[in-house]
Amino acid sequence: MVNEAFKRYQQRIQNLSAEDLVLNMGPQHPSTHGVLRLELITDGEIVKEVIPHIGYLHRCFEKHAQSMSYQQTIPFTDRLDYLSSMNSSHAFVMGVERMLGIDKEIPKRVEYIRVLVCELNRIGSHLIALGTYGIDIGAFTPFLWCCRDREHIMGLLEWASGSRLLYNFIWVGGLFYDLPVGFEERCKEFVDYFKPKMAELNQLLTDNQVFINRTANVGVLPMDVAINYGCSGPMLRGSGLKWDLRRVDGYSVYPELDFDIPIGKGEMGSVGDCWDRFKVRIDEIGESLKMIEQCVERLQKELKRTPDFDPRAKLPRKIIPKAQDYYMRGENPKGELGFYFIADGKTEIPKRVKARGPSFNNLSVLPVISKGAMIADVVAMIGSIDIVLGELDR
Amino acid sequence: MSFEEIKLLLSAQFGDGVILGEETSGLQPALLIEPDQIAAVCLFLRNHPQTYFDFLACLSGVDYHQENRFGVVYHLSSLPYQTQLTLKVSTEKPTDPEVLPSFPTVSNVYRTADWFEREAYDLLGIDFKGHPDLRRILLPDDWEGFPLREDYKSAEYYKGIKID
Repeated sequence: MVNEAFKRYQQRIQNLSAEDLVLNMGPQHPSTHGVLRLELITDGEIVKEVIPHIGYLHRCFEKHAQSMSYQQTIPFTDRLDYLSSMNSSHAFVMGVERMLGIDKEIPKRVEYIRVLVCELNRIGSHLIALGTYGIDIGAFTPFLWCCRDREHIMGLLEWASGSRLLYNFIWVGGLFYDLPVGFEERCKEFVDYFKPKMAELNQLLTDNQVFINRTANVGVLPMDVAINYGCSGPMLRGSGLKWDLRRVDGYSVYPELDFDIPIGKGEMGSVGDCWDRFKVRIDEIGESLKMIEQCVERLQKELKRTPDFDPRAKLPRKIIPKAQDYYMRGENPKGELGFYFIADGKTEIPKRVKARGPSFNNLSVLPVISKGAMIADVVAMIGSIDIVLGELDR
Repeated sequence: MSFEEIKLLLSAQFGDGVILGEETSGLQPALLIEPDQIAAVCLFLRNHPQTYFDFLACLSGVDYHQENRFGVVYHLSSLPYQTQLTLKVSTEKPTDPEVLPSFPTVSNVYRTADWFEREAYDLLGIDFKGHPDLRRILLPDDWEGFPLREDYKSAEYYKGIKID
C-alpha cells in the first residue's frame, strides 16, 4: 500500500508538460558510483529537477545492530562505507569506549596505530574518489594511476589485518593484532614513493585545462546552503569553512599531530565549485601523509614494539555500558559519521544504533545545486560529492 | 553557551511549559521539549546570536517500546561556537495501529531534516506534520509495515511471492 505523498509524486510526474522529458539515470549507470537512481526532469539538455531515489543497497544495519552485541556489530560498520572501513569502525569503537568510560585507558601505542591505519585508509578512499571522478569527466588514466597507488595501501592494511577491504581491525578496547614487524618501515617507503606520484597526478588532472573547464564554476555550493543541508567533510570544506572534527573534537591522538585543514578558495572559479571539492581532497591526501609520517616516527621511537605488549589487554570481557544515550561523531573521508547509541544498562545488546552516514546528507543537496545545469554537469556534480552507496543506504 | 543557560533562554522565550524535563545522567545532557513547540524551538536556537545551532547533525526516530512511546531525537551542533545540544520529543503510542505518532516537521528550519524525517517515517512509521514530501526513502514504496518497530513482524508474502 503506498501513501498519500507517493500518490502526489506519481501524479506530478504524470502531469508533466509535453516538453519535459523524464530521464532515468541509474540504478546501473557508471557515473552514479553504485546503485543510485536519479530521475532527471529535463528540457532539452537543461536539467529542471533531479529526484534521487535511494535504497537499492539497504542492508538493515540498524535492525541488525539491535540484535547483536557491540563487538559483533563492528564488522557491519566496516560495510557502511566500504572504502574507508577503518574510519567507520574507529568512530563506532570510540563511541562504545566512551560509554564504557575506558577511552582514557587505551594505550598510546594502540591509539597511534589506529590513527595510522585510519589515515592510510583515508588516502585510499580519496584516491578512489579522485580516480573515479576522472572517469566521470572522461579522463581514464588517473583512475588506473590511483588504483595502482591504492594497491600499496591495501597491501599494507592486508598485512596488518588479514583482509583487503573490510578489516575488522579496530576493536573495543584495543586492536585485533599489533602491527607486523617492519610495518612502520614499509609505511615510510610508501610515503616516499607516493609523494612524487601525487605531483604527477596533479600535473595530469588537477591542473589540466580540460578538467578545469569541466569542473570550475560547476555545481557551486554556497556555504550557508551546505550547512543547512547538513553537508560535512570535503563538501563543507570545499565551500570555504574550516570545519574538521579531528580538530574540533580532538578525539584520539589528533591533538598531538600537526596538520592543516585545507579549504576551497575558488582558485579556478568560484568558492564551492566542483574543482574546489576535488582540490580539497587532493590537499587532504597531503595532510594525511604528514600525519602518517608523524605516527610512524612516534611508533618507531617512544612507542616502540615490545615483546610483552598486548593490544588486546584492555578488551572488556563483557561490554555493558551504563543506561544512557550517546552520540559519537568522527571525521570520515566523506564527512561526519555519527553513531547514536541507546544503551539500557542491562544487556550487551544496544537498544538502538542509528548511523548518520555523511553521504546521505551530502547527496541530499544535489537537487539544489543541479537545478538548471546541463546533464553532463550533473555527472560532474555527483562525482564531486563522492558518495558511497553502502553508507547512503546502510 | 552552557546547558543551563540554554534552558533559561528557552524558558524565557517560550515559557516554562516548553521544557518538559531533562536527562543529565549520561555524558551528553538532553532537553525534553514539548512536541508541538519543537520547530519553533529549533528555529529560535538556530537564529539566536548566542546559540547559532545551525547544523542538524542527526535526527533519529526511536521506538521506546517498554514505555509504549515513540520519540525523535535531534542532535544539533553549532559551527560558530563548536557546541552540541540534544533535544528530545516523545509522544504516547496511538492505540489505533493505523494512526501514526505525529510530530511537527523541522524540515523548514533545517533542510537536511527532509531526508532524515523521510527515513524516520520509512523505518519507524513516525508522521511529520507539514513535511513537503513524506515518501518512503530506503524501502520500496509499497512496503507494508515499519521494520525498526519492536513489534514488527516480517511479511510472509511480498507481491504474491512467498518469502522463505
